[in-house]
Amino acid sequence: MNQPILKVENLNKNFELRANSGIRKTKRIVQAVSDVSFSVDRGQTLGIVGESGSGKTTVGRCVLQLLDITSGTISFEGKNLAGLSFEEMRQIRRKMQIVFQDPFASLDPKMTVGSSIAEPLVVQGVDGDHNEKVAHLLELVGLAADHAKRFPHEFSGGQRQRVGIARALALDPALIVLDEPVSALDVSIQAGVVNLFGDLQERLGMSYVFIAHDLSVVRHIADRVAVMYLGKIVEIGDKKSIYDHPTHPYTKALLSAVPVPNPTTERSRSRIMLQGDVPSPVNPPTGCRFRTRCWKATELCASTEPQLVVRPTGQLSACHFPE
Amino acid sequence: MMSELVLSIRDLRVTFDTPLGPLEAVRGVDIDVHAGEMMGVVGESGSGKSVTFLAAMGLLPHRAKITGSVLLNGQEMIGAPNKVLRNMRGGLMSMIFQDPLSALNPVHRVGDQIVEMLQAHQSQLSDKDAAKRAVELLDIVGIPQAAERAHQYPHEFSGGMRQRVVIAIAIANNPKVLIADEPTTALDVTVQAQILEVIERVQKTFGTAVVLITHDLGVIARVADRVNVMYAGRNVEKGGVDSLFDHPSHPYTRGLLASLPHEGAERLTPITGFPPNMLMPPPGCGFAPRCSFANDGCLTSLPALRSFGDLETACLRAEQIVIDGARP
Amino acid sequence: MTDFATISPKRMALRRFLSHKAAVGSCVLLALMVLAVILSPFTARYGVNQSVRKPPNTFLPPQKLAWFGTDDIGRDLYSRLIYGIRVSLIIGLFSALISTIVGCVVGAVAGFRGGRFDDVVMRVTDLFLAFPFLVALLVIRNTIGSIHWLTVIIGDKSSARFIVFLLAFFGWMGVARIVRGQVLALKEREFIEAARAVGATRRYIVRRHLLPNSIGPIMVALSFAVVGAITAESTLAFFGYGPQAGDGATSLGILVGAAKGAVQTGYWWIAVFPCFALVLISLAINFIGDALRDATDPRLDRGE
Repeated sequence: MNQPILKVENLNKNFELRANSGIRKTKRIVQAVSDVSFSVDRGQTLGIVGESGSGKTTVGRCVLQLLDITSGTISFEGKNLAGLSFEEMRQIRRKMQIVFQDPFASLDPKMTVGSSIAEPLVVQGVDGDHNEKVAHLLELVGLAADHAKRFPHEFSGGQRQRVGIARALALDPALIVLDEPVSALDVSIQAGVVNLFGDLQERLGMSYVFIAHDLSVVRHIADRVAVMYLGKIVEIGDKKSIYDHPTHPYTKALLSAVPVPNPTTERSRSRIMLQGDVPSPVNPPTGCRFRTRCWKATELCASTEPQLVVRPTGQLSACHFPE
Repeated sequence: MMSELVLSIRDLRVTFDTPLGPLEAVRGVDIDVHAGEMMGVVGESGSGKSVTFLAAMGLLPHRAKITGSVLLNGQEMIGAPNKVLRNMRGGLMSMIFQDPLSALNPVHRVGDQIVEMLQAHQSQLSDKDAAKRAVELLDIVGIPQAAERAHQYPHEFSGGMRQRVVIAIAIANNPKVLIADEPTTALDVTVQAQILEVIERVQKTFGTAVVLITHDLGVIARVADRVNVMYAGRNVEKGGVDSLFDHPSHPYTRGLLASLPHEGAERLTPITGFPPNMLMPPPGCGFAPRCSFANDGCLTSLPALRSFGDLETACLRAEQIVIDGARP
Repeated sequence: MTDFATISPKRMALRRFLSHKAAVGSCVLLALMVLAVILSPFTARYGVNQSVRKPPNTFLPPQKLAWFGTDDIGRDLYSRLIYGIRVSLIIGLFSALISTIVGCVVGAVAGFRGGRFDDVVMRVTDLFLAFPFLVALLVIRNTIGSIHWLTVIIGDKSSARFIVFLLAFFGWMGVARIVRGQVLALKEREFIEAARAVGATRRYIVRRHLLPNSIGPIMVALSFAVVGAITAESTLAFFGYGPQAGDGATSLGILVGAAKGAVQTGYWWIAVFPCFALVLISLAINFIGDALRDATDPRLDRGE
């Protein structure tokens, strides 16, 4: 089946901020995710990069139906996830899992690590010996089977993250959303966990949605990359095109801002400095949302929102004056 | 060749008493900071990099046991009376931290907070002059419309802008040393670039020495002049930034550089093992349990920092590693 | 990787609790008190209504015959105190237990479901909190007293059972608020999201994650509920609820109530011993509550 394992079409997610000014309630709407579309093929990794306010984390939560979407279609293995009952969705959850960013907060401090890993099996009512499965999973992620009896506080951050990964694997999912899975880890530990993701993908044919702000890690692990800004995808395409020939000014600025651990290259390369901060998602700029910080912005950018268009190098980007 | 020494830390040791026993966070650290230079201090969890400078600033709780010497402009800070320490903080030496929101008082206007810092150390400044200077400082750190924004409250600023305000407060009295503890870690990468630029600009304009504490080697490569690598509460390597990145001598530094994602790498090369538990630090070299070059001597004797070419290293086997042709 | 033997969060909490000397002392004190009270036929020297000897026996000061002196009809205060504390402890414990259970359920469900459900439940809670206690007492006295089948379940006005239900009825709100606050804080933690991501039902999450992680505040609330119940009981005695002095029964509340008169008459032992007992019990429970809060502080469970 050549159908993508995950297909997201025109996803919109708005949050309501209730501000009570006196008796009249003024509702402010945060457009966290606007008209986002992408697909993930089986066994592939889609990297989603962006800074704060980009909406990338919200996208991850929406895909897993941990948040109700405002509009759009999310299809998993061809099946539309909208309107499914709690039970139907529960069946699908077996194949779609998530690993969180914070290794401290993602495990219940009162439960043993083994119980946390076994929880998916318990909730889904899976038969068989859970202990055996837990031991197998611990070993798969590079921990020892007898760690199951220990509590989260006895482990380091990197180890806890591995426990989180083991838990995500418990139900043998086909797709895992990785939400900044290595950001909170020490640099020397990140490499091991990143390798683990690669190995699992090779061995088990896992598909990933890898959400991160660290462009160098995404470059290593992703096949395709989507760049998000203020709720919109500004550029999407295969890794090589994006990193070697970025066409959107924001992508260029982002790549330029990431410090490279090599003093000679770092000090000699020209840098694009963006002015100002990311605008608030409550009141996004009209037209192109990036225009307030873009050095190329013109009136056209303010009046007309650019659409995603195919570029000669293969990727799509949304800009009136692409590089 | 080297300009004068402004901050000199010698054999600093910091131990905390915890319910689980004594925790040796810093175990004999030597650091020299010269006027006007950008010193990068690199380390991960348990390295003691933050605790070292909190101790230098006198910001650790009283129950922390601190020994050693911290000379700031020739004056000893360890054990100094409170009056001396208060004069030092914000005057000769300032520190900024990772989270700008908790560093700023939410109920005071931003301009007032700078004025407060100015008048604490320059009591002769009139309110009017101090307010004027506050606006100038906001301008120096790149806050647009500084005169109006001085009247705003911290929550009206974005993360990057807040960090600029924090920097303005820290440099208000033209300190000799500015210690920046992970100042950009909590910021977006495009904002990080801006803040690093501000710090560099401040350094060049005022001749302030900056100690930049971070775990991000890219940041070090971008702005640092000299680098100090810390592991398990000690220095493991020191040197100029170009030399360190080009031919690192200590296995930890090598391992760190090798584990970063780089082009064309199929698999990354992690450093095996885990950061040390500082409640029970290894008897010998702190890195030995994870080191692929370690021998028995490494596990038992604590190596001191020594010269090695144009670097200083705390590895007993540095020469042997080079001879064996280990790739950096 | 640590080489410690597995230390469960429970054992860590116990260790932290034991480091609070005042709390440990309080536990010992309360344990002794409970023991004395349970073994009351042996520890009390006289019956609850028994005169120490033939008259003159009223208002005798503390002496060998009556360790804490006697009251207005010659009964041994020491023995009455033992019986009184027994009644009060039972009332306090059971009402606190019931109100805590009710409060937990209400708070957890309201906090977790959130939205309009939470709003409604919280307004109902506020209603209970705002309603004047004494007015409610009068209302209840008149209405429930006349509904016969209720009396069968809850017990008649002068029974301890009635007091327990009454106090539980008015005591659950504090616990509900505390638990709701804790649940609101926990709700956004990733391990809760992880449970939702595998398809856990709301009920499962409340039972398996939210309540166990709220044990600290719940224990604290429980301990304060006990103290509150015991002190409230004396107010109730004044209004004619629960064990009535006229029937010969007694409670700590009644004994403390009698202290009022003693201040003017100069029979200091009538006031000092019951009030001292009440203060001791309250302090002890407070110390234990404080230590429980420290012991189960979730921040310390974050490790490192």
